[in-house]
Amino acid sequence: MHEVALLVNGEARRGSVEGRTTLADFLRHELGLTGTHLGCEHGVCGACTVLVDGASVRACLMLAVQADGAIVETVEGLARPNGDLHPLQDAFRETHGLQCGFCTPGMLMTIVELLRENGAPTEAEIRDAISGNICRCTGYQSIVDAVLKVAAEDRGAP
Amino acid sequence: MKDVADCHVHAPAVGRAVKRLEDPALLTGKGRYLDDIVLPGTLHCAFVRSSVAHARIDRIDVEPARALDGVHAVLTLDDLMPMLTSGRMPLGASPVADRNSSTPFVLSNREVAYVGEPIALVVAASRYIAEDAAARVVVDMSPLPVVTDAIAAMEPDSPTVRTEIRSNVMSSFNVGYGDVEQAFSEAAHVFSDVLSQHRGCGHSMEGRGVLAEFRPGGELCVWSSTQMPHDLYYMLQTMLGLNQDQVRVVTPDVGGGFGPKYCLYPEEIALPAAARLLRRTLKWNEDRRETFISSIQERDQYWTVEVAVDADARLLGIRGRLVHDQGAYAPKPVNLPYNSASSMTGPYVLPAYSMDVHVVHTNKVPVSSVRGAGYPQAVFAMERTLDLIAVKLGLDRAEVRRRNLIPPEKMPYTKKLKARSGAAMVYDSGDYPASQAEALSAAGWDDFPIRQKEALAAGRYIGIGVANAVKGTGRGPFESGVVRVGQNGKVSVFTGATAMGQGLQTALAQICADELGLAPDDVTVIGGDTSKTPFGLGGFASRQLVTAGSSVHLAAKSVAAKALKAASVILDVPQDELELRDGQVRRRTGNQTIALGELARMLRGAPGYAFPAGIEPGLEASVEWRTDALAYANACHVVEVEVEPDLGHVELKRYVALMTPAG
Amino acid sequence: MKPPPFEYFRPETLGDAIAILDRTDNAKVLAGGQSLMAMLNLRYVFPDALVDINNLFDIAGVELDRDRIRIGAMTRQRHIELDDALYRSMPIFREALKLVGHRQTRNRGTIGGSLCHLDPASELATLALLLDARIEAQGPAGARQIPVDEFITGFMMPGIAHNEIVTAVEFTPWSPTHGHAFMEFSRRHGDFAIASAAVLVERDDHGVVTDAAISIGGLGSTPQRHAAGEALLLGSDGSRDAIEAAVEDFGALEMIGDFHGGAEYRQSVARVMLRKALDTALSRAAQKRGRLNA
Repeated sequence: MHEVALLVNGEARRGSVEGRTTLADFLRHELGLTGTHLGCEHGVCGACTVLVDGASVRACLMLAVQADGAIVETVEGLARPNGDLHPLQDAFRETHGLQCGFCTPGMLMTIVELLRENGAPTEAEIRDAISGNICRCTGYQSIVDAVLKVAAEDRGAP
Repeated sequence: MKDVADCHVHAPAVGRAVKRLEDPALLTGKGRYLDDIVLPGTLHCAFVRSSVAHARIDRIDVEPARALDGVHAVLTLDDLMPMLTSGRMPLGASPVADRNSSTPFVLSNREVAYVGEPIALVVAASRYIAEDAAARVVVDMSPLPVVTDAIAAMEPDSPTVRTEIRSNVMSSFNVGYGDVEQAFSEAAHVFSDVLSQHRGCGHSMEGRGVLAEFRPGGELCVWSSTQMPHDLYYMLQTMLGLNQDQVRVVTPDVGGGFGPKYCLYPEEIALPAAARLLRRTLKWNEDRRETFISSIQERDQYWTVEVAVDADARLLGIRGRLVHDQGAYAPKPVNLPYNSASSMTGPYVLPAYSMDVHVVHTNKVPVSSVRGAGYPQAVFAMERTLDLIAVKLGLDRAEVRRRNLIPPEKMPYTKKLKARSGAAMVYDSGDYPASQAEALSAAGWDDFPIRQKEALAAGRYIGIGVANAVKGTGRGPFESGVVRVGQNGKVSVFTGATAMGQGLQTALAQICADELGLAPDDVTVIGGDTSKTPFGLGGFASRQLVTAGSSVHLAAKSVAAKALKAASVILDVPQDELELRDGQVRRRTGNQTIALGELARMLRGAPGYAFPAGIEPGLEASVEWRTDALAYANACHVVEVEVEPDLGHVELKRYVALMTPAG
Repeated sequence: MKPPPFEYFRPETLGDAIAILDRTDNAKVLAGGQSLMAMLNLRYVFPDALVDINNLFDIAGVELDRDRIRIGAMTRQRHIELDDALYRSMPIFREALKLVGHRQTRNRGTIGGSLCHLDPASELATLALLLDARIEAQGPAGARQIPVDEFITGFMMPGIAHNEIVTAVEFTPWSPTHGHAFMEFSRRHGDFAIASAAVLVERDDHGVVTDAAISIGGLGSTPQRHAAGEALLLGSDGSRDAIEAAVEDFGALEMIGDFHGGAEYRQSVARVMLRKALDTALSRAAQKRGRLNA
């Protein structure tokens, strides 16, 4: 077993894991952060996307032990402590950027990374950024709309 | 009595774009999908599955797996049989629920008939260990002939996909009407085509999953990521020999269904049976590899179509053969090929029709409903046939369709076929030619030849296509809707309808809130919990809003009426002077009010005390709105594509979809 | 789909990593893990030990000199994609890397890991072959440089010993006036390419091709140099006829079919990609040359 200490959504967490335990399973089952979903477990669907040291990664393609000492951000950390939704979450709700919601946490985390790099992405850049996140319900259009909306609001546009 | 619908203080929620009630939880990672449910002492499961398409099982050696640290049990069908009334699944989603030689086994211990068929169940401390152990189970098998081609499988000398059946043809039937022979003998032109439609999968983002909680006393609570909780509830009673009070089925948040979760599966029986056997709580989540080989798939249909038309390209008759590749088993009745054959004529006038349908087994994953449940296949066959007529006669493809679409003056139009309920197929409304004209115009159909010429000159290959469809929606026979006012004045709706992302909670809350003068936020909706609703069907066939929505609408109306009546008695005010507003019944003039919560408290009764005269107990109503008829929606799609011939790449350039909801 | 059990090592120095590999049977090096982890989850591989080299920070980073590009093996693909100086010198790196998986896999995936995984459709292996890369590996006996054509020994078989670790990849930059293109076709963005074509060319003031390199990915069991095409192009005027000649002469290339497409189909796709890549690279070279002279 390996000891893992990390910062998850600003909170110091630790655990004891087998070498083979994936980061996704560690977050879900050891830390109880079940917002990170597993859709394919081989790096295709993007549902398990979280940020590790600010970079979006597939939590199914990383071992928990590799996150020792890392800063991890998951969907549970997006809303404010008082429960107010993150502007991106608000935009998703406004534009119906989700239906069953299973892909949504991975989508959100990928887009959080995109918007930190580029506050005003074009539609093409948004589609490229989420090309590694599969959604079976929405057809993506409403997700793209949500990102365009939140980026526009961020720039003070109506 | 005044119509309570006039009593809104809130703007009506129906017809307004409201924010979904489901979203805050789903957006913040607080959704509760099957694998998110944590129960103390849960053990984790993995299945040993067949790696070959057809073989006899000679021996299953589970000892190497059992010997592994952390493994609690490795179970074959023999181990589970003491907990089961049968090793074979009954037909799901069926009025009779009987078994036949096509339903799958809970686990297979004599023969396997497709790659992915479950053979043994491993129970361990973690999924990791369960997979380690599953890999150690030794299954000695003798290969048997594999049947992959449904057409060849129909030959009398073909090997069978399972040794227990004498023929691969599971079922043959004809769907038709009118004098087809005469239609063909009188035809100006007869054309024919052969159409193959390949397999596909459903692949919801969340796989299937079962959590079987063993409770002291032997009761079971089974969570399943399914579209059909009540069907599972009934099936568990039968298969495990349990009383209705010994089992409860709950559907948590479901991460997409798309049809595969409309089926009931061996895993949904194997886990509860093992939970009772081991007296432990067990969880299994289907992983993506398992989805590919064990969740039901769609299609593999081979259509041979002959069409007779008059000199003006008007349809006289269609006849043909539809071979439906069913895969190795049939977990449900043959409704899917029936849907295909019975919906082929779609929005068109067709005087005579005869389709011979053969449902044929192959050594592949079983097939059932996926996204459209056979209807898209029928549309494809029909629209290709219409294209064929146009090409052969040198006519515009849209014009051939226009000549054959049911004209608006013939609405309502009764098709000469029956839906599977036996009810007549009555198209209630619609102007199909107008829909097509509008879609064509939006897509620039008439200008396409110019665009194509220009593209060709530039070495680009573009094409355009059009398709019409009619789809029956709102399938019955009913869905349950219970509306109950709680002690705090908040309203709960309970229904057998289940959601897989449609926003059903929001829609039902809107309907209920409007009747009770509340905001949708004041209403909670619980779907798919058999302890909360005695009857229910589930989520399928574009029907939740029509069926559950109607039941909830009527139930909410009934609760509103009861609230007014009870308030009239309690406040001693004539009922027609009362209205429902903002969670209260109030006198229109004056300030007498009584809150819904208070009414609920009074109507719950108190031991031995007086009860409002002439009022039934409980501020609640339960309605099961019944329907056999379907509501028929019409669609016209036009697509323009560019093809790169050397790549085989097709790019959508322009897509126009026009949909007219059933009216 | 959970990984099988293995012993996990995370050495802090290259020497330790090599020592562990040297003494351990059936060990695998874990670099970015974007292929290896998927293969573990699918239980396609059963290593007894994983040697995680993600703490070997010394072998990460891009160094750019006048006549040498040196990229540490543990440099993340996304880092290479976003490196502006590298983009200005050799823009083909960014063009190729945008085609590697998705941003989430590029954030973890490394150049060394990709070369050692050596998928036939790997953009980075195709690029390394195109640029005559030198792969630096270190083992118990010390460091050595391996020419890329020796490094690529067969289908997913890198030419290093079990106790060696790839530490860096070196490339020689082309002149500022070179033209480049990396084109591939896959059914979905981010999938392994059915076939890809990478091209570098130089042209003189008259448009004559003075240098050419062509590398084809996905078509055979490894990425391949299209030497016949290069020879046909060299000295030509870079016209449509010259392009067609290079596209036609596929005789020496290995072609393999699988369930994504038969050999003939892959060849057809490779030709389309090569035609587009040559067209783009030649016109970029002409533009740059024109700008230089303006």
